[in-house]
Amino acid sequence: MALFGPAHDATLTDNCLARNDWVCGEYVRTRWDEILDALGQHITITVLSVAIGFAVALVLAVVARQVQWLRGAILGTSTALYTLPSLALFSLLLPFTGISATTVVVGLVLYSLTILVRGILTGLDAVPADVRESAVGMGYDSLRLLRKVELPLALPAVFAALRVATVSTVALTTVGMIVNHGGLGNLISRGQRSNFHAEVLTASVLCVVLALAADLLLLALQRWLMPWRRAVSS
Amino acid sequence: MAHALATGGELVNALLDGLSWLADGDNWSGPTGVGTRLVEHLWITLLSMVIACAVALPVGLWLGHLGRGGALAINISNVGRAVPTFAILAILYMTPLGLSMWTTVIALVLFAIPPILTNAYVGMREVDRDAVEAARGMGMAGGQLLRGVELPLAIPMIMGGIRLATVQVVATATLAAVISGPGLGRIITSGFNRQDVPELVGGAIMVGALALAVEGLMALLQRAVDPMRRAGRRASRPDRDQGMPLVQEEVVGSA
Repeated sequence: MALFGPAHDATLTDNCLARNDWVCGEYVRTRWDEILDALGQHITITVLSVAIGFAVALVLAVVARQVQWLRGAILGTSTALYTLPSLALFSLLLPFTGISATTVVVGLVLYSLTILVRGILTGLDAVPADVRESAVGMGYDSLRLLRKVELPLALPAVFAALRVATVSTVALTTVGMIVNHGGLGNLISRGQRSNFHAEVLTASVLCVVLALAADLLLLALQRWLMPWRRAVSS
Repeated sequence: MAHALATGGELVNALLDGLSWLADGDNWSGPTGVGTRLVEHLWITLLSMVIACAVALPVGLWLGHLGRGGALAINISNVGRAVPTFAILAILYMTPLGLSMWTTVIALVLFAIPPILTNAYVGMREVDRDAVEAARGMGMAGGQLLRGVELPLAIPMIMGGIRLATVQVVATATLAAVISGPGLGRIITSGFNRQDVPELVGGAIMVGALALAVEGLMALLQRAVDPMRRAGRRASRPDRDQGMPLVQEEVVGSA
């Protein structure tokens, strides 16, 4: 890795890499493949985590609504998980999942649960009782009720939670660098160790841009899924 | 199933190893012991929270009082979430600040400001407009209105923001260890680098327990400083106005 460090280039030419500038087009040009790899890993880990987290959260939220006494337990546990530091959680998972993307994904899924379970529950709770009753009166069974009536009506709250969870997950993925699977976090970590300014700043900025892009994408998806409510609050 | 049971057993073993590492007094003493790291961790957290509150509360309360800058107050939270604290730490580490304590403190302050500011703003905006109008009608203005009416009613929400920020700062302060900063995270990274699983797990348990303890303490504090709750207790006496508890429920519900 040190071979690609700034010192190596310094002997060849005098450019922004040699000067160790924070903003450096030359860095992006010469390390394009590396950056794309890291970005790809970052996106894969984020998408996997949020998708699995959403599936688990949906099940937990539905269970929490069916079984009242479990509701407090589910909400309490997922909140307690959120107070666990990511570094500690990844380290605790390490003996079982090893130095792999699984460690990071499992950790991020657990974190996303706090926000997602709460959001989905809020959304489902807000479905008006008379709407539910009319659907039941029309012969909807509970699965169809959930799919056709409750979930569509809960979409605004669900999407609000999904957006917060996604943005947080993009940022938290960087901590995965401790097990070498942190996407852009790997670049930040390596750049920090070798005092490579451009690498750290470029990866950091990309990370923020990725988070904001994911947020906008979800907003667009929400509008597309809910054409009856174009005026969605941001 | 057998596999799952085996991993379950390993998990229990690892946790027990971590606990016995923590129970060993030798690991608590010395300049890199748990004791020193715990003090560092708490000191960094306290310092960051005091600075973050000093910056975010006046701005949030004032914007809320004026009813201006709403977009800024709300969006700063969204943007704040998108900025990885690890990135801030790495960038600050490469500035002249380097390995000093301030690298960690500044990163944590930046991390803590958004939730405090947003909650302070929303708390002030959600104060019952009727109460504000009534106070205006009684001749209150400016600072008096802010101190006497808006602030007490907004306290639950403001404290909610401080509580959230504190717990997240305690948890995130751990990250300082990856740039060899202070705090309990160092126990985790040290265990990680030396492949010492009991130390690693012990450190993780310690940080997790601290975060949960702080969350519990902050929940108590949030309840204790709510003036409406205190007013509620007084209001239960027959010689007091009974109208207050209604307002209390509305405000607490929004927190």
